[in-house]
Amino acid sequence: MYTWIWRKLPGGRSAKLASALLLIAAVSAVLLFVVFPWIEPSLPFNDITVE
Amino acid sequence: MRTDSAADAGRASAGLDPSIWDDRASADPADPAGPDDPAGPTPVRSGRHQATRQPPRPRTAARAARTASGGRGALVRTGIRGLGQTLVTFGLIVLLFVVYELFVTDVLTNERQEDLTQELRENWEDDPTLGPDLPGGGLSQIPPGDGFAFIRIPALGADYVKVVVEGTNADALQQGPGHYVNSAMPGELGNFALAGHRVGKGSPFLDLDRLLPGDAIVIETADTWFTYRVLGDPVTGDFGADPSGIPGQQIVSPADVEVVYPIPGVDDSTVVPTTAYLTLTTCHPKFSAQQRLIVHAALDGPGLPKAEYPDGPPALAGD
Repeated sequence: MYTWIWRKLPGGRSAKLASALLLIAAVSAVLLFVVFPWIEPSLPFNDITVE
Repeated sequence: MRTDSAADAGRASAGLDPSIWDDRASADPADPAGPDDPAGPTPVRSGRHQATRQPPRPRTAARAARTASGGRGALVRTGIRGLGQTLVTFGLIVLLFVVYELFVTDVLTNERQEDLTQELRENWEDDPTLGPDLPGGGLSQIPPGDGFAFIRIPALGADYVKVVVEGTNADALQQGPGHYVNSAMPGELGNFALAGHRVGKGSPFLDLDRLLPGDAIVIETADTWFTYRVLGDPVTGDFGADPSGIPGQQIVSPADVEVVYPIPGVDDSTVVPTTAYLTLTTCHPKFSAQQRLIVHAALDGPGLPKAEYPDGPPALAGD
């Protein structure tokens, strides 16, 4: 998968590296600000109330 | 000697039979030592050649076998590599989630706390009478998720101040310590009960276990300071020393709702509370939701009007 992405990235080595880092940042941002907040309430270790 | 063994290795990998090579070694024009080399008696060289020549054989054989099985081997390799990459990716995502829980939620909550602080201050400036009706009793009229008071705990740092929001659902608690909606309001007889996150989401109650008997918990409402003190004996540090029998600190199971009842631990609605309690609940141990850490405090003296004490009650000044 990663090899395939690396091959598909355009440009020389430095251009590939730059776009790869950009991709990693984009995926991390989506995970941190969309996926994790959405999935978090269904995880058990955030219960802090007595009920 | 060097060139000799290099040439030797080259022939070996080319798949030449060792016996042929040995026979022709002395006549090889590439051998600088030549046939009359006194330092290279044939038996010794033969032995050494045997040793260097043997290893390449299985390697060549394995390579040949691999090429023979062709497409299927390549497919299996791709499959295993894909599985490995998936597992590594999954691990990285879990790591990122830990970073999110421990650091990113802190940043988000702190930003939200700043907004809430500003909102609440502005609300109070616009209408100083705004805030909880005291003594109203029963359900509070504050919309869930709205900030309505500040909590300060000098023992956890002079700068420890959080906005208390209404409600204890996930959305409310993400913003700060939340008020159990059915519990009393600040200063009211009964139990002003709050829940807060231990780790992450600003970690408001991270160090709740460091509170000792007599430590002050100051609640600031629109017009009043309320100073609660953790139950127990400040001299001996015994949490269970309060005559009411209510401990200053306890660790309970998540199902023990009695801790937030009007009289903590008393499951009898006919008994009318005569003391204003404050209860803080958070998870225990850290990073777990197995148990709950509970801190009980009682109101220490009457509420002090903010008009007379603009800089806070004596408890905030280190008393």
